[in-house]
Amino acid sequence: MTQQTLGADRPQPTELTAERAEKNGIRPSPLSRRQFLGLAALVGGVGAFSSQALNVVKDSLVSAAAQARRVLPTFTADANSFGKLVGQDGQPLSSPDAAPTPQPAGRHRWVMVIDLARCDGCRMCTEACNTMHKVPEGQEWIRVFKMQDPRTNATYWFPKPCFQCDNSPCTKVCPVSATYKREDGVVLIDQDRCIGCRYCMAACPYSSRFFTWGEPVQTAAERAQAYDVELNTPHRRGVAEKCLFCPSLLRKGELPACAASCPMGAIYAGDELEDIVTNGRGESAKFSQLILDGSGYRYLDELGTKPRVWYLPPRGRQYAPPQPDQGHTGHG
Amino acid sequence: MQYANMTTKPDSELDARNFTPRKRAREREARLIATLTHSGRGFYLLVAGLLAVIAVGAYAYYRQLSEGLVVTGMRHYVFWGLYMTNFVFFIGISHAGTLISAILRVTGAGWRTPITRMAEAITVFALLIGAPMILIDMGRPDRVQNVLLYGRIQSAILWDVISITTYITGSLLYLYIPMIPDMAILRDGLPGAARWRKKLYTLLALNWHGAEAQEHALEKAVSIMAVLIIPIAVSVHTVVSWIFGMTLRPGWHSTIFGPYFVVGAIFGGIAALLLAMAFFRRALHLEEYVTVKHFRYLGILFLVMDAIYLYFTFAEYLTSGYTSMHPEAEVLGALMTGRYAVTFWGMVLVGFLLPGFMLSLPLFIKPAPQAKVGWVTMRLRPALGIGVALLLVAGGLVSAIQPAGVGALIASVQPTTVAATSAQAADSTPYLQWAVLFTVPVLFMFFLPEMRAHPIATTTIAAALVTVAMWLKRYLIIVPTLENPYIPIPPSTPADWAHYLPSGVEWAITAAAFALFILLYVLFSKVFPIVSLWETREPAHVPAPAHPAAGALAPEMGD
Repeated sequence: MTQQTLGADRPQPTELTAERAEKNGIRPSPLSRRQFLGLAALVGGVGAFSSQALNVVKDSLVSAAAQARRVLPTFTADANSFGKLVGQDGQPLSSPDAAPTPQPAGRHRWVMVIDLARCDGCRMCTEACNTMHKVPEGQEWIRVFKMQDPRTNATYWFPKPCFQCDNSPCTKVCPVSATYKREDGVVLIDQDRCIGCRYCMAACPYSSRFFTWGEPVQTAAERAQAYDVELNTPHRRGVAEKCLFCPSLLRKGELPACAASCPMGAIYAGDELEDIVTNGRGESAKFSQLILDGSGYRYLDELGTKPRVWYLPPRGRQYAPPQPDQGHTGHG
Repeated sequence: MQYANMTTKPDSELDARNFTPRKRAREREARLIATLTHSGRGFYLLVAGLLAVIAVGAYAYYRQLSEGLVVTGMRHYVFWGLYMTNFVFFIGISHAGTLISAILRVTGAGWRTPITRMAEAITVFALLIGAPMILIDMGRPDRVQNVLLYGRIQSAILWDVISITTYITGSLLYLYIPMIPDMAILRDGLPGAARWRKKLYTLLALNWHGAEAQEHALEKAVSIMAVLIIPIAVSVHTVVSWIFGMTLRPGWHSTIFGPYFVVGAIFGGIAALLLAMAFFRRALHLEEYVTVKHFRYLGILFLVMDAIYLYFTFAEYLTSGYTSMHPEAEVLGALMTGRYAVTFWGMVLVGFLLPGFMLSLPLFIKPAPQAKVGWVTMRLRPALGIGVALLLVAGGLVSAIQPAGVGALIASVQPTTVAATSAQAADSTPYLQWAVLFTVPVLFMFFLPEMRAHPIATTTIAAALVTVAMWLKRYLIIVPTLENPYIPIPPSTPADWAHYLPSGVEWAITAAAFALFILLYVLFSKVFPIVSLWETREPAHVPAPAHPAAGALAPEMGD
């Protein structure tokens, strides 16, 4: 503990730290939809202000920006991807191809909220996920980090799935459209197409992507199953893998494995359009209200990735704060 | 052009004025042509050695193909390693050639003629080795066709595919076109040659017989290619850097990366060219073609690139270091004071600064007349230098042993294996490595007179140091960044996940890549003259530039 007070501003090399206090509830979370609506209103007002020359110039710039946002979707996926595609602003585009997988029934936009005040670092989410997806050895699609902010002495647990970013850096860099963003918000990987260059891993600032380096251990029956792009099974060697939000479960009205297994009810999953999220204890909440009341934030939001996972800061923790790492603790 | 003059004009006309040089020129050319068909024991030994290294590498790749990338040292955090390092390195080397030779051609530098072919060949072979490194790095090389079937132009990898294939095509043409007259010379001038040679030269000579129209077409083609190839070469290393620059990774996401990589490529390329010049000069006895002048002129270009590269390096690290932004600061810390400090400072001091001093020697100091250099200077001084260097190393050894016994000694020799356990890293300061590092400037100072007396050897050693440093630089760009992601690697992470140690398979494939590069290059010099025959027939000191305006820019410095 003295180590932390001495540590003042500089994180100890052996500690897992996140110097992002400003994220922890100080800044209100920017909502991409709201931003978009605001922008749309601005664009709509172009005509009204057109008499003023200066405003015309200004607004045409704004509208050009909005236009640019609309034509950018090729960055997230392209005509060769299947499933419905979305633009950079999260708005759906018309599907260019016949989709090989069934489209989700109805309109959804999956979202996750993780209450850091509730997570006690038991790692049951990781185990449930590993079991359900038969995650290849060494990978943890949802990983629990021990975080520490030296300035406030806050130590807390930080479960990190894939954030399914709306402006996903990983899909931008894929040379073969093997990974893409779908209309329901998830980022999927077509492992029949992936060439294993690992550029998506380089692009992801959250280290959320994994790679199957060797032959994955699977039974013959597992191996014989038909490939499911929403589960990444059966696993194969030499391709990228990651958390996919279990969209097949969500569509059936069930929770992803991690959320369902969390005894603390820390992980909420649900639909942003319906504005409802539910945790493993069966507690439901209005998504917008939850992140508004709880000062929800998105991790490293300033990178512009627009994650679909919100965090509630670890205020009023419902568990004993974890001991700071001394370099030899259990899983981080 | 000169080719026609050479063959049609009676020798007596020239001989009257210029008898000895003409005869000597003919003799040196005959000797060069003879190296195509006559090989010494050294050649066969070299080829056998290279083939052995390649065989080991081929076996390693077979293992990687059958077991997967799990046989490499790459893991979740450091998912790019030696293969990417080699990729960037070889693509960098490729700038030796085409770009340098094109610049020299465009500026009409007459002294370039004996070295352009060597330079252009480096480009082609470096690309042929460098580009497939990506294939070796791929988890699914069996799906490489997807890049063509589903290629996304928005991905920087596609930019590389397009740029590098254009560059390979362009530099092959650029190597071949100026070689056509030489093919004709060999077609006509090798009566006793093997049949395959005859056929090959006849085919490649494209019925060249030195007609004026042919010469005109050739000159035009070479001029166009020389201008075209420069932007292509610049684009290649720019997009290589953008593979890194387009990510949100500390140490990569930098606006300076495009020009930084281009300068680094030209810098490393000149180093490779100098090494090739020194090698062929000795191996094929090209002393009359490749002279001190070539090393000196190219050395000055080399020095300029060294200075620019140091400037870029300084600008890059100062900008990211001054503000100490997370996690840029962690990457910088790993380089400057952390895990990679010895490698980093070794690279900067021994790989960039020292060669700079060595190359600037001829600018400040004229070679001392042999008579005045006494026994003391030439023999005792180097001996003294070696003595001081040994003392330094001994001191390093002692200070390495003292604090923590033999364990620290081992640690100081191989810090990479130990630093994985972070607790130990603090007290195993690599004294020995620092001591070894400091012997270099000591040796430099004591060997000054030697270096003054041997400008070619000095330039070659500088080039060798830079070549190693540029390889290390690419490693240091890739690995420390991946070891310092935004979400710090938890201390509980297994050491082989958190830190990168290349595996034997990776080293074997890397060695094989270098061996294959040298093998291709050496074999090339056995089929095609490594020095342009027809271009060196015209006296180098009377350049006949196609465009006088461009010729005026020629750096024709006095000897």
